[in-house]
Formats: sequence, C-alpha cells, structure tokens
Amino acid sequence: MQSNAQIEYDYSVVRLFTFATILFGIIGMSVGVIIALQLAFPELSNLLGEYGTFGRLRPLHTNGVAFGFTVGGIIGTWYYVGQRTLKMSLSESPFLMKVAKWNFWLYFITILLAVVTLGMGYSTSKEYAQLEWPLDVLVVIWWVLWGVAMFGMIGMRRERAIYVSTWYYMSSWLAVAMLYIFNNMEVPTFLFSGDAPSSIMHSVSMYAGTNDALVQWWYGHNAVAFVFTTPIIGMIYYFLPKESGQNVFSYKLSVLAFWGLMFVYLWAGGHHLLYSTVPDWMQTMGSAMSIVLILPSWGSAINMLLTMKGEWQQLQTSPLIKFMILASTFYMLSTIEGPIQAIKSVNAIAHFTDWIPGHVHDGTLGWVGFMIMASLYHMAPRIYKRELYSKSLMDTQFWIQTTGIVLYFTSMWIAGITQGMMWRAYDEYGSLLYSFIDTVEVLHPYYTLRAVGGTFYLIGFLMFAYNMFKTATAGRVLDKEPANASPMAS
Amino acid sequence: MFHWLEQRPFFFAVVLFLTVAFAGFIEAIPDFAKASQPIAGLKPHTVLQLAGRQVYIKDNCLSCHSQLIRPFKSETDRYGMYSLSGEYAYDRPFLWGSKRTGPDLHRVGNYRTTEWHENHMMNPQSVVPGSLMPSYKHQFTNMADLATAYANANTQKQLFHVPYDQKGMPKLGSWKEAEAAAKAEAKLVAADMKNQAVKDAVAKGQVPEIVALIAYLNSLK
Ligand code: HEC
Ligand code: HEM
Repeated sequence: MQSNAQIEYDYSVVRLFTFATILFGIIGMSVGVIIALQLAFPELSNLLGEYGTFGRLRPLHTNGVAFGFTVGGIIGTWYYVGQRTLKMSLSESPFLMKVAKWNFWLYFITILLAVVTLGMGYSTSKEYAQLEWPLDVLVVIWWVLWGVAMFGMIGMRRERAIYVSTWYYMSSWLAVAMLYIFNNMEVPTFLFSGDAPSSIMHSVSMYAGTNDALVQWWYGHNAVAFVFTTPIIGMIYYFLPKESGQNVFSYKLSVLAFWGLMFVYLWAGGHHLLYSTVPDWMQTMGSAMSIVLILPSWGSAINMLLTMKGEWQQLQTSPLIKFMILASTFYMLSTIEGPIQAIKSVNAIAHFTDWIPGHVHDGTLGWVGFMIMASLYHMAPRIYKRELYSKSLMDTQFWIQTTGIVLYFTSMWIAGITQGMMWRAYDEYGSLLYSFIDTVEVLHPYYTLRAVGGTFYLIGFLMFAYNMFKTATAGRVLDKEPANASPMAS
Repeated sequence: MFHWLEQRPFFFAVVLFLTVAFAGFIEAIPDFAKASQPIAGLKPHTVLQLAGRQVYIKDNCLSCHSQLIRPFKSETDRYGMYSLSGEYAYDRPFLWGSKRTGPDLHRVGNYRTTEWHENHMMNPQSVVPGSLMPSYKHQFTNMADLATAYANANTQKQLFHVPYDQKGMPKLGSWKEAEAAAKAEAKLVAADMKNQAVKDAVAKGQVPEIVALIAYLNSLK
C-alpha cells in the first residue's frame, strides 16, 4: 500500500475516452430519441430523404451507443481502474502510453467512419456487426491495441494478485475478440468481380442461412454479455466499494459468480432462435441455460448490494451511490426478465415484439448507462483534480432519468404483450381476428410514451454532460485526491 | 486454485478463454454441415434479385421485417407455410430479422404483386392507412448496383460453390452477359409498373433500385 502514494497515475488517455464517451452518448441517444419518435409519428421518417429513414438510423443508434458510448466507457474506465488496481502508471512506459493513445484515436476514427458509412447504407445487415469489412479491420486493430495495453499493464503490475475488476475486463477483451472475428468472417466481393465495376466496400458472409443465423446470435447474445454485462460488472466491483468506502461483501461469491457467468453465458445464445430452423437441441439448451444464468448474474448483483451493508444511509447522502445501487437493481430486473423471455412458451409470444427492445433498455439505460455515468462522475474529481460541479443537478438528473427508464420499459412491456396476443388471436369461426395493421395502430400511444421516456433520459444525459463539463472547467480545484466519497458542491 | 490463478494472469487468461469458448464449438460444429443443405429445387437469386436484396439491406428493411415464419397456426395462417432450414441455403447473409414492426416477408411474393409494391413503396400510407413504414421515393431515382450484385454472385459461385451456370440454374457468365440478362429481366418487371420515369430509365438500359427490389420481393415465396 505505501508504494501507492508514490505512483503518479497518468490520466491523459482516460480524459480522452471520457470526452468521447460523452460525445457518442449524446449522438447515439439523440438518434435513439429520433427513431423512437419515428415509430410514433412516421412522417418524421421522411424528412431527410433516404438518410433519415428509420432503417438507416437504427444501426446508427445501436452502433453509436454500443461501440461509441459503451465501449468508450469500458476502455476509458479500464485505463483508470487498471492503473490503480495494478499499481502501475502508464507514464512509466512510453510504449504502452503510445499504444493507449493509438487505441483511442483509432477507436474514435472508427466510430466517426461508422456514422458516415452506416448513414450511406454500407451495412452487412447483421445486428451489432453491421460495419463493412474495412471498418471491421480497423476495429480489430484497436481491439488488439487495447489487449496489448491491458496485458502490458498487467505485466508491469506491483500488486501480485489481479483484482476482480480486471478479471471482468479481461474476459470482455478475450470474448469479444473471438466473437467479433468469427462472426465477421466475410469475403470482399470486389476480389471476384471480374471486370465489373463493383463496390470495394461490399462483402459476403462466409456462412449461409441457418448457419449464418447461428453464428450471428452466438455473437449477438454474447456481445450483450461481454459489452453490456461483464465489463460493467468490472466497473461496479471497483467504483462502488471505492465510492462508499466499503469492502466487497464476499470474495467467495465474487469467484463463484465470475466463473459461473463465464461458463454459462455462451450456452444461452440459442434463446434468440427459438422456433426457428436451428436444431431443437440447441434451442432447448439455449432456453435451459438462460434460466441457469440467473444464478451467477444475481450472485454478483447481490454481492454488490450487500457491500452496502450497514451503510445504507449513503443512499440518501450520495447521488453517486444512488446511481450505482439502482444500476445493480436494474441489472437484477433485466437478468430475471431475460430468462423469462427465454422460456419457450413465453418466447412464442414475446419474440419479434416490442417487449424485446423493452428488455434491452431496462438493461442498457438502467444498468449500463447508470454505471458508466456514475463511474465517470467518480473519476472526474481524480482526473480533473476538481470538485464535482453540482450535487443538486445530479440528483435532479437521477430522478428524471429514472422516470424515463420506467416509462420506457413499462410502455414496451404493454406494447409487446398486446402485439404478441393480437397476432395470435382467433375469432369464433377460426379465422385470425386482427389484420396486421390493427396491431400496428394499437401501439401508437405506447410508442409515444416510449419517446417521452427516452426524451427524459436524453435530457438527463445532457445534464450529466453539462455537469461533467463544468466540473472539468469550473469546479473548485482540489489540493489532494479524495480517498472515497467524491467531493461535490451542492 | 483460484488464488493461484489470480496471481498468474497468463494462465488465468487461458483458462478463462477455454471456459468461455468451448460452448461455442460444441454448439456450432455438429450441425453445421447439415444445416447448409438446400431443399430440392432451390435456386440461387438472379443478379437482378441480388441487387434488390442489396437494396433491402442498404435500406435496412430488416429493422422492421422478419423473414422467418415460425411453426404456429397463427403464423402459417397469416404468412403461409412455415420456414425450412434448407430454403435459406443460399442466403448470405441471412435476413431473418428480430422484430416485426411490420409483417413477415418470407413469402410475400405469394400474395403481393409488382403493382402493389410500386404504390406501397412510393407511399405506404396511401395503400395501407395507419402504416408507419417510411416512404421509399429515393428508390425510384437511385440506380441499382448491378456490378456489385454480379461480384456478389460470382464470389458465391467461385468460393462457396453456389450452383450458378449449372443445368436448370440461373446463368451468370461474364459481367457483360450478366448485365444484359439483368437488364432484360428488369424490363419484364417494369412492364407491370406505371411510373413513367422508371419505365423510361429501364427502356434506356438503366435499372432503378425499385425495379431490383421488386424483383427480389417477388422471388420471396
Ligand atoms: C419503420 C418500420 C418499417 C421499415 C423500415 C420498413 N417497413 Fe415495410 N412495413 C412496415 C409496416 C408497419 C407494414 C404494415 C403496414 C403496411 O402494409 O404498410 C409494412 C408492410 C410492408 C409490406 C407489405 C407486406 C404485407 O404482407 O402486406 C412490404 C412488402 C414491405 N413492408 C416491404 C418493405 C421493404 C422492402 C422495406 C425496406 C425498403 C420496408 N418494408 C421497410 C414497417 C416498415
Ligand atoms: C435516450 C435513450 C434511448 C432511446 C430513446 C432509445 C431508443 C431505441 C429505439 C427506438 C430502438 C429501436 C427499437 C425498435 O426497433 O423497435 C432502440 C434499439 C436499441 N437500443 Fe436504444 N435507446 C436509447 C438508449 C440506448 C442506450 C444507452 C443503449 C445502450 C447502451 C441502447 C441500446 C439499444 C440496442 C442494443 C437496441 C437494439 C435492440 C434490439 O435489437 O432489440 N439504447 N433504442
């Protein structure tokens, strides 16, 4: 511990990622609000010709928030958490410093290029893997750079045992590398164009039909696992104990939950393909393993909640603790909801409906969004050496966003179940009761409500951005780094 | 054991990787070959249809439409026969989608016509009041990318042995031949359309996106 005082952690890369995370958060979520509005008010789809249609914008939203906002938050917090728990500073190694900087700039450029190319319609069509092959190559390069930095930093550590957070960041790096490469196996078609003036950007998947679906959802499900889940658990394992000054409740539970999650997660991918043409045993396995998944998921969530044992009053005094505890609670909600949707008979109704985006967003808004914002808030006084600008703004933000999330998922629950029931309803003569358009029109109020909820969340995010900006530029300067609770001006 | 691993990050990473990865291999390998067998009589898409499929991907119709009919009465009554694995054997990428803001399209070729699509794509609300599908006017003026569709088909033929140029299968040939064939096919589609600008373009040897898209939609059966 005493060597701690001498290490000057270098946060220059952390600051870059913090900026990008906020920027892409604003862009990605604004597009989210736009596409939510388009489903409520379809005329809005036709304002910008082909570039403004729902179909073109949706991947901008998903890629913007997943790879821009979330991955930015993950890598940014890694460079912070990694240095501190490994007890090394990036400034000790000019090489790693360079790698980390390149990691940032290539990531940043890739996301900007993604916005442009997806907007122009260059897409492989696979969810969360829409980027065409030249961008895939870029992604692989900066992902490898991140890995070099990570293992390099681990190699230089002064702390013998690696901390739980690092296990999770490491799992995320390894799994995404594997998944991304296998799912994006594609051949650029210009190689076989003969003398046809074909597009350089286009590629074709190495897998066909059912196999392609299998690989895609093996990837898609686990992109959720290793982008929206494991690294976020890594964050909470560091930031919650640090901010609250409490020790993690149970080491044993950390170990069990970690290895349990790693073992089970990949098996559950089949739940995206229930009643499809993939083999039955895979569907059954996906369904069953999804239920098992509750155990390790709740294991780490409970471990986090119990970390607050005896210190619950901090919920009243610190909005940061509030963000993290609610994040953990939303994590529990979505990890019980997901397995319910994976039960075959429930899935028969839920699949293809709006309940699925509903489920996605109680996880991403409540868990991922809240944890990333809380982590950036916690880091701010350390990386800018200034007090957080406004506690009351943070409190207001908390309530606005929480209301937004509740509106989002409740409206989508109702919408999804309504839709699912109407599609399968029969009249007394044995014919389908509703034409498809009936099931579209009935959703209008719920789509509107979702757009309102999303707007609340976006407003909260803008308040967060403002608060961070003011902290960095106008917060009271701190003469020494706070130990635990982040200092904030009222 | 866990303590030991936590102090040896390299082994930790190896054990971790194996734990995560092995499920994938067990799941993927046994059925991979079987799932790729085409049903009898399945034909790969023509170049024009592939160009239309590329439009379908470019405008991301799959963000609202599925192409997978599940084996339930309520779905077969609405959309037709449930989907079979072998029907997708030449689909690269697969286009099952994951959400039905709009109806399934796997067999839309059975119950919608060129003329219907033409009106609907131009202005969905005029055909189906209350629809929230965007209008796709730009497809009437943008030109389809036949060259890339040809490269697409040729890659599939050369690399994945998709049976183009075989007996009873669509002909591919050289780029020049394929281009001419696609334009001839476009003329047949345009004959059923009434938009004058589109008809003129096709007569001049151009292929607007909408023509290719409709050729593709008509092939979904
Ligand atoms: C915002 C969601 C959305 C997008 C994007 C979208 N559609 Fe639709 N589509 C709908 C809805 C809702 C309906 C049902 C109402 C109607 O027929 O217009 C529909 C209906 C259809 C139908 C009629 C199917 C039937 O059985 O009656 C076809 C064909 C179709 N869409 C094709 C397309 C194509 C091709 C694209 C891409 C260029 C596309 N759609 C993009 C929402 C969408
Ligand atoms: C401002 C807040 C947000 C709004 C209004 C919003 C809105 C939407 C909408 C309308 C869709 C499309 C749903 C559909 O196709 O019917 C969507 C999809 C999606 N969003 Fe968001 N979103 C928001 C924030 C986020 C965040 C922060 C994340 C992740 C960190 C996220 C991740 C996703 C994902 C993964 C999907 C795809 C879901 C699926 O395929 O089922 N969203 N969002």
